[in-house]
Amino acid sequence: MQTRTLKAQQRRFIWLFITPGLLTIFVFTTVPALTTLSYAFFKWTGFERQGFAGFENFQNLFRFPWRDQFFAALTHNILVFIAIMVIQTSLGILIAYALFRLKRGQRFFRTVTFLPVIFSLVIVGYMWQIMLNSYFGPINKILTDIGLESWAQPWLGQPSTALPTLVFINLWRWVGFPAIIFLAGLNAISHDYIEAAQIDGAKEGQIFRKILFPLLAPSMTIITILTFIGAFEWFDLPYVIGGSIGSPAGATDTLALMFYRLSFGSADSVSNNIGVGSALGVIIFIIVGLGASVGSNLMRRREVEQ
Amino acid sequence: MINKFVTGPFFKIVLIVNAIMVLLPVFFLFNSSLRDTASFAANPIELARKPAWSNFTQVWADGEFPNYLKNSLIITLGSLVVILIFALGAGFILGRYQFKGNNLIYGFVLTGMLVPAKLAILPLFIQLKWMHLIDSYTGLILVYASGALPAAIFIMAGFFRSLPADIDNAARIDGASEFQLLRLVLAPLVKPGLAIVAIYSAIPIWNDFFLPLVFLQSPEKKTIMQGLTLFFGEYSSQWGVLFAGLTIAALPLIILYLLLSEQFIKGLTAGAVKG
Repeated sequence: MQTRTLKAQQRRFIWLFITPGLLTIFVFTTVPALTTLSYAFFKWTGFERQGFAGFENFQNLFRFPWRDQFFAALTHNILVFIAIMVIQTSLGILIAYALFRLKRGQRFFRTVTFLPVIFSLVIVGYMWQIMLNSYFGPINKILTDIGLESWAQPWLGQPSTALPTLVFINLWRWVGFPAIIFLAGLNAISHDYIEAAQIDGAKEGQIFRKILFPLLAPSMTIITILTFIGAFEWFDLPYVIGGSIGSPAGATDTLALMFYRLSFGSADSVSNNIGVGSALGVIIFIIVGLGASVGSNLMRRREVEQ
Repeated sequence: MINKFVTGPFFKIVLIVNAIMVLLPVFFLFNSSLRDTASFAANPIELARKPAWSNFTQVWADGEFPNYLKNSLIITLGSLVVILIFALGAGFILGRYQFKGNNLIYGFVLTGMLVPAKLAILPLFIQLKWMHLIDSYTGLILVYASGALPAAIFIMAGFFRSLPADIDNAARIDGASEFQLLRLVLAPLVKPGLAIVAIYSAIPIWNDFFLPLVFLQSPEKKTIMQGLTLFFGEYSSQWGVLFAGLTIAALPLIILYLLLSEQFIKGLTAGAVKG
């Protein structure tokens, strides 16, 4: 009798406490996500839904004028992913390891390393935009002063350097994140392994390559997946710096920017195209979902148990 | 142990170079905010010997900036209250009760974590319009809450699960209702979890400009990060004022971070570190 009343009371209680959170997620995440899927299969005029379109929106995405935009943007996303993985992740590991073997002052260097991660991308974007300005920016000024005048150039203003420069700014803002994750990974490795290897006479480089690096695999999986998702949904930084059309001359265009233009229109084409935009949204979602799940399965298999 | 590693200078140099790379642009930002535009145009790298505080008074006198800051504060704190209360409730239930549907709810929350919110922006826009929540703080707060809640619920459920079950039974034997159990006994014990959730959710909300860009339209409702983009168009050639604006926008989080760096690092990496 006692337990039954408690259970009845508990049941009411459970729903009272869990419903607000679940309902919020359902209404503002689940429903819109499912609706996006359906939008891709309808014809649209502005924000008005018209008749059923089948796969027409998907086909249109691979026709003029969107086809070229799509593949250019996709190429940029792929290049950005590779560049971030190679440069940012290696630097992250290097900084993490330098922090790991530091005896004193770890707290100071850790705080500094992570600082840019708390900056808004709007602030980061504008700050670097001014620093890299052709006429007034300090970067070109320094290059000129130290005799490298020929290196001074409109970093963000010309197609050949705009995307690499954006990747650099992204690196400045983000590298502290993988560094801290890898540091946590290194700290989680038992000191017994290191001690045993040292007793066996292993050099520091060998210890890192043969013991520490393989044991960092779980951190590597997480960073790779997050980098993949981040690279294929790259929007904020290119938007702040190059606007929704990926200036200059589309050199910094990404799939997410193209999705935004198709959804809400832009400076170069005022009208939007929700049908094609939603089709693109579905494709981005498939790329990110497939990439993340296949990637994490492949990488998990390579992880070694401690 | 690690102490036996040969202390070569290489790794120290790595850290020092990294620290300079991080701090120099930030110092440049602060320094330039105290220089007048003419002297900046003449030479971008020079110490601000005579601080031009007028840049800051000009930003403040503009009138919009304090308003942007206030709006950002309302939206961030509003979202935070919703997220903390809902995650506390749901985390408590998922972490402390075994019932039918428990796993189903876990799965549902997990899918909420996987959906990239930006790709659902269009239906969300149309849905908010239909709910009369466009250009409204309530609408924005609910969208932010729904984005942060899945991870927040997971984090809180983990903290609740780590508490010993005896606590509940002892409280129940003493006659506490389930609500009292949560409010008086368990909630104080999961405070570290709430701190992580607060930082995990609040920082990206404060820094965000994408959702305000899409969902807020009235000029007087705009947030600080969204306001900065307008501000940049308006003062495009007044460098000193631009730097002062950026500094004002960046400073609140920098100060909080310096005070609470450990909690910030824990909170912002909460989604990526297991356990």
